[in-house]
Amino acid sequence: MHPAARETLLAAIDAGWADPRRLHAEARRAAALLDQARAIIAADLGVRPGELSFHVGGGPAAIAAGLDGLRWPLRRRGARLVAGAVEHSAVIETGTCAAAQAADPDLLDLVPVDQNAQVDLAAWDRAVGAPRTVTAALQHANGEVGTVQPVAAAYESCLRAAVPLLVDGQASVGRVAPPAAYDVLVADAATAGGPPLGLLVAPERVRFARSGRREDVEFRRADAAVWVPLALAAAEAWRQTRAVAPADEAQSRELTSRLRSAVTALPDVALAGPDEERLPHVVTFSALYADGEALVTELDRRGLAVASGSACTSATLQPSHVLAAMGLLTHGNVRVTLPLAAVAPDRATSVDRLIRELPEVLAGVRADLGAVGL
Amino acid sequence: MSPQGPRPVTGDAPIIVVDARGLRCPRPVIELARVARTAAPGTVLELLATDPAAGPDVAAWCRMRGHLLLTETSEPAEDGHHSPVRRLRLRL
Repeated sequence: MHPAARETLLAAIDAGWADPRRLHAEARRAAALLDQARAIIAADLGVRPGELSFHVGGGPAAIAAGLDGLRWPLRRRGARLVAGAVEHSAVIETGTCAAAQAADPDLLDLVPVDQNAQVDLAAWDRAVGAPRTVTAALQHANGEVGTVQPVAAAYESCLRAAVPLLVDGQASVGRVAPPAAYDVLVADAATAGGPPLGLLVAPERVRFARSGRREDVEFRRADAAVWVPLALAAAEAWRQTRAVAPADEAQSRELTSRLRSAVTALPDVALAGPDEERLPHVVTFSALYADGEALVTELDRRGLAVASGSACTSATLQPSHVLAAMGLLTHGNVRVTLPLAAVAPDRATSVDRLIRELPEVLAGVRADLGAVGL
Repeated sequence: MSPQGPRPVTGDAPIIVVDARGLRCPRPVIELARVARTAAPGTVLELLATDPAAGPDVAAWCRMRGHLLLTETSEPAEDGHHSPVRRLRLRL
C-alpha cells in the first residue's frame, strides 16, 4: 500500500469510524469524509460523485454489480453476455453461472483473442450484434499479460447494436489514464496503491438498476456499505498516485522494456503481450521445459516476488485461461507486476537483479527437471 | 513415461506413442521433446496426457519448434486419473 494511504487509514480509524448513515456528530463527520473521498476519485475519473460507487470486495464485486445493473433493465430483450476470452474470472464466472442456471450456453459468448491477447474486433462486432445480447464486457487492459484492448473500436460496435459496455479497468485505471469509451467503468483502488476497494462508474446517461431488493447504500448499486476509513485510504492513494502518474508510468515503461529485452534473449522463452499496446508495469513470459511453481519459488527465495499463470501454481491445477486463449505456453509462466515507486522505492534495483539472476534460475529449474539439450 | 515403441498403423509411417498420463506440466512436453530429439523428421508422435495444460502446451511447443499438430482428442477419465485423457498427435 502507498505509505500515505497507510497513514490515512490509521488516522481514519479514529476520525472516520462511525456509520455515516447515523445522525450523531461522529456519524456526520464520517459521512462528510466519505463524500470527500468520493469527490476526489470522481473528479480524477471525470465523473460526478453520484456516479461513483464504492464496492467492498474489490474489483470483482464491482464487476458483478456492474454486469447485474446493466442486464436487469434490459431483461425483456434477453440475457446474453458478450465478453473477451481473456476477461477477468469475475466476468467469465458471472456469465458461466447465468448460462448454466438457464441451461442455455448461448447466454455467454466469449470472443476469441489473437496471440497478443487482443480481441478479434470483427468477431466482437458480430457477437454484440447477435439477438438477445444485453451486455458486453471488455478489459481496458489485461492484468495478467498487460495487453491493452481496442476499447474505443469495441465500443463503436456496442453503440451500433445498442448494447451497453462494461469496461474493466481493474488492472489499469489509477496507474494509467482511464478509457474514455464506456457505459460502465470498473476499477480497483489497489491498483493506485490503495486498499482493495471496488470502484464502479455508472454515468447518469446509462440505464442502471440492480436486480432484487438492495439496501440504500452506495446509491443502491453496492451490496454492502463501505467502511469509511477504507474509502479515505483509497482516495489518499488515488490522489498521491495520480499526481505523479506520468513520471511513474514513464519509469515503469522503461524498466519493463528493459526486462522484456532481457527475457527475449533467454533460450526458449516466449514473451506475452504486444510491445506497444501494453500496460507499463506488467511483464509476462513463459519458459519452455520449466516449471512455473519452481521458478516462482526460487525467485522468491532470492527475495524477488513474482506470480505465475501456470497450472501447477493454481489451486485448481488448471492453467490460466488467458495464456491458453492466446495460445501461449502455459507452463513455466512468470508474471512480474512492477509496484509503484512510492510503494517500492527500490524497484529499479529489483528489476536489475531479476535481469541478472533469471538466466541462472531458469537453467537451474530446467536442470532439476532433466530438461537439458532438448 | 517411456515411448512404447513404433507401432504399425494404416499407411506407411509408424506412430511413436509417448505415455505421459499422470505427469504434470511441464513434464509431458519434456517427455515429448526427449522422444522428438532422436526421431526422424516426418515421424508422427502421439502423446497421452491427463494434465489439463497438455493441450495448450503441446500446441505452443509445436509452434515454437515448427512441428505440425495433427489432432487432439479427449477420452473420459480412467481409474486413478481425475482428468480426462488427452490424445495429441503431431508430425515432426
